[in-house]
Amino acid sequence: MKLPALKFSKKPSEMDRRDFLRAGAALATITLAPGVTLMAFGGSEAKANADPAKRWGLLIDVNKCVKDCTACVSACSQENGWRLPVNKETDAQWIRKVTLTDNDTGREEYLVTMCQHCEEPPCVDVCPTGASFKRVDGIVLVDKHICIGCRYCMMACPYKARSFVHENIVDEQKTWAPRGKGTVESCTMCVHRVDTGRIPACVEACNATGHGAIIFGDLKDPESEISKALAKYPSTALRDDLGLNPGVRYSNL
Amino acid sequence: MKRLLVFFILATALAGHTAIAGNLGPEIPKATGKPHPEGNLWMRINHPKMLLHDRNLTMRQGDRDIEFSLKGCVSCHAVKGADGQPVGYDDPKYFCRVCHDYAAVKVDCFMCHNSKPEEKTQAFLSPRKAPDSNELAAYLNKTGKETGQ
Ligand code: SF4
Ligand code: SF4
Repeated sequence: MKLPALKFSKKPSEMDRRDFLRAGAALATITLAPGVTLMAFGGSEAKANADPAKRWGLLIDVNKCVKDCTACVSACSQENGWRLPVNKETDAQWIRKVTLTDNDTGREEYLVTMCQHCEEPPCVDVCPTGASFKRVDGIVLVDKHICIGCRYCMMACPYKARSFVHENIVDEQKTWAPRGKGTVESCTMCVHRVDTGRIPACVEACNATGHGAIIFGDLKDPESEISKALAKYPSTALRDDLGLNPGVRYSNL
Repeated sequence: MKRLLVFFILATALAGHTAIAGNLGPEIPKATGKPHPEGNLWMRINHPKMLLHDRNLTMRQGDRDIEFSLKGCVSCHAVKGADGQPVGYDDPKYFCRVCHDYAAVKVDCFMCHNSKPEEKTQAFLSPRKAPDSNELAAYLNKTGKETGQ
């Protein structure tokens, strides 16, 4: 188990940015890297919700995930506007239910998998355009504006988390989740919700069924529900041996 | 620079089209909501830069409250069809298409984005104070550097 990235660390550059924003300049700027800034005008501050002091994660309790329940999968499909796979070969799948069977005893376990939001994401390493990227708060996304659909990232991902959009989509997308033919997509950890202080749709749906198998929260905050649960109970990452340190972890697996 | 000049000539032509005998320019649909404080001519020239710049604020930084969002454009500039519902990009009457078809410039946005407005976006748009010319110049200078134009 490798947990260095879960420790809180505030970079000096980050403090500079906050201090600058507090100064309330008419043209608010955000320092991205030396020499590169983003700004908004008209007196409004640019509000960067991606915060490097946080790392968002999920903890999935396999014991609480129930056999025929697919509430989280349906919720994700509805929230993000992808149809539940009809054409299984090609349709996008952001989250899927997996059944594990112990060949010796026949015992079954159920769990869901999605993008594991790796700290060291291979999908980002291989992307030739910079479209596959990790936000400062650990959420891994595809910038479809610059994705060329080469699918290298799909090959590189050890979790089969990414899908390619094969067909035209006309005016069916949610405004918060653009999707289009020729680009790759995967779980965004409902980044549009997280940025506005809400929890991902799958977590909300799982809670609504009463199963409560998924906890969402900030891995860098020792007081968060997820950090406390991780500190108290044993957990693991899928293919922990790869050393990718995913933000999605599993307990009772 | 040449590109900018083409934009400028086109925008000027569009702005002055009613004065031209025979009305050669496209018929630009009226928008709902508050007018752009920067002026329509300015928006005609600079809207691609604004969209390109501000999309990165949302995509990379998670800023969900940006000034120049496609969602915002689509909301105020919706054109209603015969059935009273907003038309999509597939309809030649669609706001963006009126000028873009005229200028033969392809719009890629709606390959991924929904071209129809979402109901609650009207509330999301708040009137802005007009920025002064120094602010605008500084903003354009910066966005130009960032987006490599
Ligand atoms: S699970 Fe796959 S898609 Fe997600 S960050 Fe890791 S390598 Fe990338
Ligand atoms: S498919 Fe898109 S996101 Fe994936 S590696 Fe290619 S360009 Fe990058």
